[in-house]
Order: sequence, then structure tokens, then C-alpha cells
Amino acid sequence: MDIRVEHVLKEFSRYPALDDVSLDIRSGELIALLGPSGSGKTTLLRLIAGLERPTAGQIFFGDEDASSKTVQERNVGFVFQAYALFRNMSVLENISFGLKVRPRATRPANADIRKRAMELLDLVQLSGMHDRFPQQLSGGQRQRVALARALAIEPRVLLLDEPFGALDAQVRKELRKWLREIHDKTGHTTVFVTHDQEEALELADRLVVMSRGKIEQVGSPDAIYDQPLNPFVFGFIGESSSLPVEIDNGEVWVGGRAVGLTADDTPVGHAQLYFRPHDVELVPEGAALAGVVAASRRVGGTRRVELEIGGNAQRVEIDLPFDHPAGEKTRIAFKPKRWKLYPAT
Amino acid sequence: MAMYEEDVAVYDSRRPNEPTFAHSRPTTEPGWVKWTLILIGIAFMALVIVLPLVVVFIEAFRKGLETYLKSFSDRNAVAAIQLTLLVAVIAVPLNLVFGVAAAWAIAKYEFWGKAFLTTLIDLPFSISPVVSGMVYVLLFGAQGWFGQYLQDARIQIIFAVPGIVLATIFVTFPFIARELIPLMQDQGSQDEEAALSLGANGWQTFWRVTLPNIKWGLLYGVLLCNARAMGEFGAVSVVSGHIRGKTNTMPLHIEILYNEYNFAGAFAIASLLAMLALLTLIIKTVLEFRYGDELAGTRGH
Repeated sequence: MDIRVEHVLKEFSRYPALDDVSLDIRSGELIALLGPSGSGKTTLLRLIAGLERPTAGQIFFGDEDASSKTVQERNVGFVFQAYALFRNMSVLENISFGLKVRPRATRPANADIRKRAMELLDLVQLSGMHDRFPQQLSGGQRQRVALARALAIEPRVLLLDEPFGALDAQVRKELRKWLREIHDKTGHTTVFVTHDQEEALELADRLVVMSRGKIEQVGSPDAIYDQPLNPFVFGFIGESSSLPVEIDNGEVWVGGRAVGLTADDTPVGHAQLYFRPHDVELVPEGAALAGVVAASRRVGGTRRVELEIGGNAQRVEIDLPFDHPAGEKTRIAFKPKRWKLYPAT
Repeated sequence: MAMYEEDVAVYDSRRPNEPTFAHSRPTTEPGWVKWTLILIGIAFMALVIVLPLVVVFIEAFRKGLETYLKSFSDRNAVAAIQLTLLVAVIAVPLNLVFGVAAAWAIAKYEFWGKAFLTTLIDLPFSISPVVSGMVYVLLFGAQGWFGQYLQDARIQIIFAVPGIVLATIFVTFPFIARELIPLMQDQGSQDEEAALSLGANGWQTFWRVTLPNIKWGLLYGVLLCNARAMGEFGAVSVVSGHIRGKTNTMPLHIEILYNEYNFAGAFAIASLLAMLALLTLIIKTVLEFRYGDELAGTRGH
């Protein structure tokens, strides 16, 4: 099911949570809404679900305008952040709920409902757990029951709000892989909200990066990571370092020295240089960025050092091999292998 | 680097050597404070709560079991008991519906004047019961606002059962709502949203999801509401008119018997109310013990 969000505005007591947002979601894709808290990502998800009504704008399911339809009519599978499992019902009853509440005319026979629920339990790898109650399940198991419950109604689109937010790191990783498998198996159009960029990059076909009620960039994980359109996206996705620089003569200048980086078509004047700490090479002194180590800490297999660049004490972070002999006050010269320049606003 | 080592005795010139009690903790008061407080508590409870309760039963049985039982066969006593039950049977279900509706509105919706409504719900707790009764007399009494209309329509509210029911509803209104509001606010609306997203309509959502989530809290509220509905004296006394065998509830009947120096009879009926209170307390404790996490907390009423 294609979903089109067109010029949607959502205000909560005059404060705009979403400001003129448009988005095309293609049938069958797994798409992530990514952004810091308060960016409007959950609001957008709830608007698609029909749990909120847009102040202005429209939402299309295929060619049909769903803007004024209720959540029941939209037939969406929604997985809540805290799962919202019905605690007075067993796992089986939770999963069958959506089928059992259907009007008599469209309700499957009880035996069929049970069969379907059992199949879904198999799909989410919880066979044999059908008569447990939510309190007796671990966080990861609850998450899977919530997903099975949402899938039971054969939704036109699957919406997940921070699906792995409340789980510990190990379980998150497993479930992430597993969600990808389920998606590939069932082929549902799936939208999920997350503030975890690693999760979004790993799981999604496309990412929607949001901030302060607006969409900053939409694209594949590669495009978002390698070609961030603006400083916000660069800073939010992946590790980043930035430095104020001058652009002149097609080159980047720091503290009156050319640092050996081309500026391409960035306009002359002040700009902000962005690069990834791990994407640098150490070079001999010369036309390069150079600084003095101000602090260093071990991060996994590398050593991250903070360099003080130039006299005005601008700090950037770069990664060094963990056995690099650099200590405090060591002078290090480096060049980013890839970088982005954004004109100062 | 350890900040300090607990097990090594270090002489510290800044701190005098206090006698250390085994198991005494630095944040706890000395033993004599603890025991004084406990003793004051127990003595006060014994004097103010336990003793009167014991007196009720002793006085009730003072003239023997036969007199005790005979008190209940009195025509007026039977009528009082029946009326009390009738009032509770009407008032409690009505407050159940009002309470759930009010709690739902306050917990799940945002609307103008919500804070005011929340405060207003507590009014019956803070207002004197006599005033609660008086307002109905002023509204529906013969000289009241609607008195003339009611008289023309031959409807009697004051000095009749409807007035007693109204006053009881007013006085016991907060019990169920107050119990449910924090509970429902705490639970939020995610369960309901989940049910709606799965295709359930509002009615199905209420019966299958909301009600099971609040059932123990609701039972708890009903219990307290019922105890108060049967025991209310002040407001009911104002609107009842004390017509023997007609508009006397149990508490009013007790007063009449007492004023007539029929102590055995008064305390016999009183013992019935006291037993109701004890029973309520026991069920309440069991509920709190078993379903404490599904109740709104341990706020006493």
C-alpha cells in the first residue's frame, strides 16, 4: 500500500508539532522516521495511523483519501512503544483480539481465529507460549506478541513506535534482524519510528530524518550517511566533527592557512567544515589540519582524541589506532578523506 | 579509589564517639524516640478507635442475646434496615456510573475547566454534611426553588425516600471517582488506542479493555462508597424528616432509640453498622494485599 502524506500540519494547542510535511512511502518498503525527541516523528506516525487528526493537509492510502477516516477504518497495525498488551488476556487472546471484535459478518469462525493466531505465534517464534500472560513474558517476547497482534488483522500498513526502545542492547540487535526477516517474509509496508540512528541505518530501506517538525532529508541509508544535505543531518547521523573555516580561491582556510582541502562550489566566505572522525588520514605537517591533543579516550578498537586546532581553541575529534603513541600535547596533522562544507548562515 | 573504608575504625577528631547500637542506622532516631512514638500511636488508637468499637458490641449484648435479637424484630428497625439497603442499592450503582464517567472524562480527555472539575469532585468531602442536606431542602423543599412545581406535580422529594437517595449520592459521589482518576491517569490511553487500532469500537474497547484494567480499583471504590452510603447520618438527617418506619435509615433510627434511652436497641443496630464497617475493612485489606498494584495507591478515606 502506497502512502502519501501531503502538506500535513499538526498543531498541539497552537504549537506546531509538524509543519508542512510531505512524504511518499512506497508499497512494501521498510522506512524509518528518525529524529531527536520533539522532532515530530511519533506525531507523524500517529497521523498515518489515524490516532491523531491533521490540523491541515491530507494523507492518502493508495489513491484513497484517508485523512478523515477513523483508525478502525484505516486498518493499520500499530505497535506501541510500551507494547500496550492487554494484561487481562493471555497471549493467544491478545493476538486474536483484532479478529474477535470484528462484526459478525466479517468475523472468521472461532476455530479459524485460533488457527490464525497460532500461525502468527509460530511466525514470531513464540510457539507454546499461547496461554501465558503478558506479565510472564520478557520485554523481547512482549514486543513480538505486540507485533503478532498487529499482524493478525492483516493490516494495510504496519506502524511501529520505537519498537526496540525499551529493550537492552543485546535483545535489540536480535530483534532488529528478526524484524527485517519478518518484513521480507510478509511484505507489509512498514514505517517505524526511532531515535537510534544505528537502528535506522541498519534496518530501513529508506530513512526520513526529521527535526523540529520538519523533514530534513529522505533517502537510502547510504545517501543519508554519505551525502547529508545539511549540517543537522551530518551531525545527527553517525559521528561527526565540525570546524568553522574560510573559503577562498576554491580552497579551505583555517587560521589564515590553506589546509589542502578543495572547496569546489562552496561560496567564498565563512563556512562550516564537517567530516567523520574515523574517516581521516594522518599526514606529515604541511597543508593539512593540525592540532594539539587535548584529551583522549579509548572507544572500542580505536582511540578518540580531541584536538585543539589553531589559536582560537576550536576542538575536533578524530580516531587514531589504539596503539598510536600520541599523548597529551602531542601535535598531530591530519586530513579528512571525505568532507562536507556548509556555508555559514 | 575508595572514598572511605567502612570497616576500618578511624579516629576522627570532628566526631564525638557516640555509643553505637547494634543495627542502628545513621538516619534513624534513637530507640527511645521510636518506642515513645509507637506507644503514643497505640494508646491513641486504643482510646479513640478500638475502645468505642468494643463498647458498641458490649452495650449491644449487655441485656443478653435475646434482647439483642429482639431489637431486630421491631417493625421500625426492620423498616430502617430495609430503607438503608434500598438507598445503598440505588445510590451506589448511580455513583458507579457517574464515577466511571467522570474519571474517564478527566483521565482521558483534555478540556477547558478540567482542573476545576477535578477540584469540584472533592467538594462533598470538604463540605459539612448538614450543608449537603440543606441544599436539597432549599431546592426541593416546600419553600424551596422547585417546591411549588413539585407540589403541583405531587412529587415529594424532601422528607421522603428520593431526598434521602439524593443526599446520599451527593455525599458518596467522590469515592469511586477519586479512586479511578489517578488509576486511569496512570494507565494512560495506550491500551485503548491499541484496541481501537485493532478495529474494536468504543463499546468493545470499554468492556474488554478499560473495564478489566480498572476492575479492582472500581470494586475498592464501590466498597467504600457503599460503607458510607449505609452509614451517612448528617445529610440524610436533614432531608429525612425522621418519620418512623418510613424515612428512618439505620443511623437515624439508632439516634432515635438512643434519645429514648433504649440503649440496648440503639447499640444492637449500631453493632450491625459496625460489622459492616469491619467487613468493608477486611475486604479492602484483602484487595490492597492482592491487587495493590492495580489500585490507585494507599490513600485513605
